[in-house]
Amino acid sequence: MTDTDKPSVWKVGVVAETRTETASGRSIVLDVPGWGGNIAGQHADVRLTAPDGYTAVRSYSVASAGSGDRVQLAVDRLPTGEVSPYLVDDLIVGDQLEIRGPLGGWFVWRPEIDGIEQTGPVQLIGGGSGIVPLVAMIRSHAASDSTAPFKLLYSVRTPDDAFFRSELAEPSRGLDVTWAYTRRAPDGWARPAGRLTRADLEARTFPANLSPAVFVCGPTGFVETVANSLVELGHDPARIKTERFGGQ
Amino acid sequence: MGIISRGFSGRSREHNPDLPPGQYLTEDFPVLSAGPTPSIDTADWEFSIRTESGAVHRWDWDQLKSLPIEDVSTDIHCVTRWSKFGTSWRGVSLDTLFADVDTNYEYVMAHSYGGYTTNVPLEDLLDGKAWIAFEFDGEDLDPEHGGPARLLIPHLYFWKSAKWIRGLVMMDDDDPGFWEQNGYHIYGDPWLEQRYS
Amino acid sequence: MTGHVDGNVLAGPLSELFRFDVTTASARCVSCGDVATLACAMVYVEPASLIVRCRNCDDVLMVVVQEPDLVCIELRGMAWLQVPR
Repeated sequence: MTDTDKPSVWKVGVVAETRTETASGRSIVLDVPGWGGNIAGQHADVRLTAPDGYTAVRSYSVASAGSGDRVQLAVDRLPTGEVSPYLVDDLIVGDQLEIRGPLGGWFVWRPEIDGIEQTGPVQLIGGGSGIVPLVAMIRSHAASDSTAPFKLLYSVRTPDDAFFRSELAEPSRGLDVTWAYTRRAPDGWARPAGRLTRADLEARTFPANLSPAVFVCGPTGFVETVANSLVELGHDPARIKTERFGGQ
Repeated sequence: MGIISRGFSGRSREHNPDLPPGQYLTEDFPVLSAGPTPSIDTADWEFSIRTESGAVHRWDWDQLKSLPIEDVSTDIHCVTRWSKFGTSWRGVSLDTLFADVDTNYEYVMAHSYGGYTTNVPLEDLLDGKAWIAFEFDGEDLDPEHGGPARLLIPHLYFWKSAKWIRGLVMMDDDDPGFWEQNGYHIYGDPWLEQRYS
Repeated sequence: MTGHVDGNVLAGPLSELFRFDVTTASARCVSCGDVATLACAMVYVEPASLIVRCRNCDDVLMVVVQEPDLVCIELRGMAWLQVPR
């Protein structure tokens, strides 16, 4: 690694592809020379600079995992945001933006550690755009042919608010996906629309006695409600890793 | 400076003679917080001023509300660069609260429920320049904006207008409060752009 | 931003200053004695500063003020910081 490849150094990424994910969100693929790959679950800081020198920096989770200089981010537009509306509405293929990372070594899942395959069960619980780092873990799991049992519980407002919907509709081997809708469920859906409850978690996630590694990501209120319920269900707080996006 | 992001301007930074340097105008009221929002029941609320003699002047909620209440219309300026014009408040002037306070000290540390502190010279609290405010825009002050009551010192950057105000302690020296210990300017005049020391 | 996030967000800003990943370091809170990975701390993000609070007692562990020409870090809320290597 050279000095300019360090995670702490701002690098220039070029937008290679954008894809509309939801009415308010999209994914962005960047080519970032010097990125050098990332562990599933890591994030990046993005810096925008106005012509008068004004800058704004925000953190975004990385949806891609593995080696290489190609990075996928996914961004949800915050109504009062300063950076996310630009990334969702204005950025086009060929644009440059500054990116720093990969960052953070805590909210991550590795298919193997010190050469030993990680086979323990993994429970992923995402709310809204909180799916992004979890998708990176799912992709890492699939790419490594991991035998670790994976479960995802994905909570979204309506079917139209799901990021990576088609990818998650056809889960890879060893992955079980459960959808939960908080505002509007598809016609004929068994579970009525509503926020995730302790009963949902008890019925649709790995039980505490299997000691799964648990990753919870989403808006702050969602993460705290879910994490508290998991502890009530007997999960060891030390096995629950959380990443909060802020908001309500 | 890094590469320019095509088409990115950020929040508009306009030129307006009523805007202090480096500020932008906002219509909403951004919530900035350095910690959790304390929940304070007005039945338990108390405000006090403590002097160098150890004398403590106290007001409970009903006592505060029985004092002369003033309507205040003012511009406010946050160090994080937003300004908001013509905000309307109701509260009790610090002149009223200091009327019977005997002190020779010239500085004040404001203390808040939740532990926040900020320092301010006494002269910046007097002569109609500061209030204990409990209404904003005709409504009870929302907890996330500092309710039930906050300090209001509109001529200084808004971090000096301590949310969830609990009391004032007179000081001999201008000791720094929470943000001031971390490099924010000891005084904080927005027109002189005293953001950091 | 309203509300708080968690210590994961510290990784970028503090990578400019430290050779290690602060989010995987653990700290002991001076106020209540709780020991936790910094990724688990509660962080209040303001445009120019980060206020890092104990997940257990909400007392301030660390304050990072980012000014145009310098960064100021207050660490007095931590009894110690343990860094994996």
